Amino acid sequence: MTIDMSQFYEVFFDEAEELLAEAERLLLGINLDSPDDEELNAIFRAAHSIKGGAATFGFMDMTEITHVLENLLDKIRKHEMALTAEHVDAFLSAKDVLKMELDGHRLATDVDQDQVADVKVVLKSLSEAGGVVIKPVAVAQAPAPVAAPVVEEKKPEVVTAPADGLNRFNIALPEISEKDANNLQEELGLLGDAVSTKQANGRFVIALTTDSTQDDIISICSFVLDPDDLVITLASDTPTIVPEHIVESALEVESGTEKTESKSKVAIEEEVGYGLFSVDGKDDVEEGYGFFAPFKPHADAAVVQLVGDDTVPSAEVIASENAHAEVHVAAASMSTSAKADSVEKKATPARRESDKAPAANAETSSIRVGIEKVDQLINLVGELVITQAMIEQRISMLDPVEHEPLINSVGQLTRNTRDLQESVMSIRMMPMDFVFSRFPRMVRDLAAKLGKKVEFVTVGAATELDKGLIERIVDPLTHLVRNSVDHGIELPEKRKAAGKGEAGVLTLSAAHKGGSIVIEVTDDGAGLNREKLLAKAQSNGLAVSENMTDTEVFQLIFAPGFSTAEVVTDVSGRGVGMDVVKRNISAMGGVVEIRSALGYGTTISIALPLTLAILDGMSVSLGKSIYVIPLNLIVETLQPRAEDIKTVTGEGRMVHVRGEYLPIIALHSLFNQHTDITDPTEGVLVLLEADGKKSALFVDRLVGQQQVVIKSLETNYRKVPGVSGATIMGDGCVALILDVAALIQMGQATNYLTGAPPFSNYTSNNIKSSNA
Amino acid sequence: MAKTILAVDDSGSLRQMVAFSLKAAGYDVVQAVDGQDGLNKAKEKTVDLVLTDQNMPIMDGLTLIKNLRALGSYKSVPILMLTTESSDEMKAKGKAAGANGWLVKPFDPKRLIEVVQKVIGS
Repeated sequence: MTIDMSQFYEVFFDEAEELLAEAERLLLGINLDSPDDEELNAIFRAAHSIKGGAATFGFMDMTEITHVLENLLDKIRKHEMALTAEHVDAFLSAKDVLKMELDGHRLATDVDQDQVADVKVVLKSLSEAGGVVIKPVAVAQAPAPVAAPVVEEKKPEVVTAPADGLNRFNIALPEISEKDANNLQEELGLLGDAVSTKQANGRFVIALTTDSTQDDIISICSFVLDPDDLVITLASDTPTIVPEHIVESALEVESGTEKTESKSKVAIEEEVGYGLFSVDGKDDVEEGYGFFAPFKPHADAAVVQLVGDDTVPSAEVIASENAHAEVHVAAASMSTSAKADSVEKKATPARRESDKAPAANAETSSIRVGIEKVDQLINLVGELVITQAMIEQRISMLDPVEHEPLINSVGQLTRNTRDLQESVMSIRMMPMDFVFSRFPRMVRDLAAKLGKKVEFVTVGAATELDKGLIERIVDPLTHLVRNSVDHGIELPEKRKAAGKGEAGVLTLSAAHKGGSIVIEVTDDGAGLNREKLLAKAQSNGLAVSENMTDTEVFQLIFAPGFSTAEVVTDVSGRGVGMDVVKRNISAMGGVVEIRSALGYGTTISIALPLTLAILDGMSVSLGKSIYVIPLNLIVETLQPRAEDIKTVTGEGRMVHVRGEYLPIIALHSLFNQHTDITDPTEGVLVLLEADGKKSALFVDRLVGQQQVVIKSLETNYRKVPGVSGATIMGDGCVALILDVAALIQMGQATNYLTGAPPFSNYTSNNIKSSNA
Repeated sequence: MAKTILAVDDSGSLRQMVAFSLKAAGYDVVQAVDGQDGLNKAKEKTVDLVLTDQNMPIMDGLTLIKNLRALGSYKSVPILMLTTESSDEMKAKGKAAGANGWLVKPFDPKRLIEVVQKVIGS
């Protein structure tokens, strides 16, 4: 029977990603002076679990790093090594590398081998610094307990308490080049006295006399070769062992007569992995597993030749042949040796009751489904909503008295459909924490790089947003946060001089407001300088005037190629980005707003629709067609009086609304569509605002407000400037959804009322249009 | 009747792999996400074999084994540890806690089934 392991890869990837994120979160919050034992244990367990999974599923590159990581963490959590800032930095970079390797396996993205090598070097140097022990008591103990447990020794005292505190290891290497072997010998030489000998079979054996532990040796070797291929034996007083026997066949040695050898054999964990202890006290040890005595193979089980290895002291066999409860006694008898001391030491601190496993527990009450299944469900519900709207429309034409039961039933259907739609949409909703959680690390690294002090605060991380939007908001938000740290928050000295605290506060918040979610990046830094912005805009050749409102001035930073940073750092300030940020957010149907006060800070506020699939819209009529305008972009609607309409030379017609003159964009001439209403006073003006600019859209009539299901025009037809999508109305007609930002821009470029260039001259190239 | 195996591991991917492999070999599998969960599930239904990870949150494998052995119904049910640590120290601890054997991670599904069949038959 073969089992396809690849079917578990996705689960492993998800799990590893969660564990990495959790480890990072814990690392960022860790208190260097008095690290919390539970946190250290949780980080250790994360590394441990990833290692186990990676090894099982054959991702050896990840196994390698987690192995070293785990050993380091193990020492730290056992207080054999003090946690330092270097450790945290190294662990964080190791996390990055693991994530990169994970993505490499999962998404076939590039893995930067240099970065991997760097992390290995750092981890290695930290491992080598393993001699830095914080407690003097531990110094004496360190070599013994770690070395002892890995040895099966008839006379444990010989090994656990060598006179000079040194252990002699024989390290049998797999087939590697002479150069690698020499390098390894050099590296191992750092631990103690290393002598390399070439065996008859061409393999190398390094004899190492050191006070370091076997783990240290494995850590070093694992950079050059796969620890699985390594056989490390602890030599007794005289190095008589011929390790290549063990390399050739661990089993043979195990079952053979050379008991002395097999007893001092220290195979690393992957080498001898399972065993059964048989009834007569002889262990059934095979490669990879073992059974303890008293083990009786099941009657149904095939008769298996038990492999003998009677290393168990007879007293223990007798004890363990009794009830299992008495096995404890056997253990107690063993504790006379130094070995058991370390057993106790290891056993106690590791566990606690209070530790919670949210991920693991949540998993039992949740299922993972492919996103395409959810999307299909959402599509179907969308269709259902349209069908339901059609039925409702038909029903409204019936006589309410005669068809009362039918009308009541349809009312019920309407409510159920709405509930169903809401529930289905909520499947795609994810908490903003998914995005927010990546920033503490970024801010920490950035602040350190720039020599700034930043306190990072998140608010409303539980606020939910559509998964599609969550993924697309990451890049713009990353840019904004980076900008805030780089340009917004000042250096500590400057802040002090300005009477502020040395550490700047960067707040990332999310909240629901009406039908949208508002995400804000706020810093208490220098604020935007109006004069500087204007000057810069002027030198960049942008049209500016002194009369511009602050809002309009601030919007200038979204112009392509605009950067006010005097020094371009490698962090930000290259002038690319803010326009991209803006474009990305507009493409999501979102709106960006800037509030800033010089000297007090800046807030960049992004308002996004909750979902991409449904839109709150206002239907308007133009001739025989219906168009839908996103409701969140409508400021107000009005029927203008004749005296409010002015014609401005070169600017076309304007409408005077509450002291402001707004350009009128006539939809019928923009879209070149026939209508009987060509005078704004006979129709309706819809005041629109996007990108900080206002315009009045001239249409025939308002039809009504409704939720519409957005259908992509691009996939079904082609991209049309000024239109962001389409929807199907209750009567089955198709209505186009207007792209407000693009309309305002098109309106500014040309005045269609005055018959300037016709619409057909415009292509999507010169119109910054966005499409849902 | 198919024999039932309780698989306890906090790592979902490994647990699923174990469960899938054992199911493919014709066993019924009950899964648990940590020692405490394993203990609860073991009490609900007495299984024919327990496979448990060692390093888990809330309750580790050794504690689970000790707790199981303290139950009347689990005095003689075989228990195997699935562990990344195969040091003699760990073996001694496992044995003391009442485990019948160990299987070192990473393991091949075939190896797992082979060991399980050895213990409780197919």
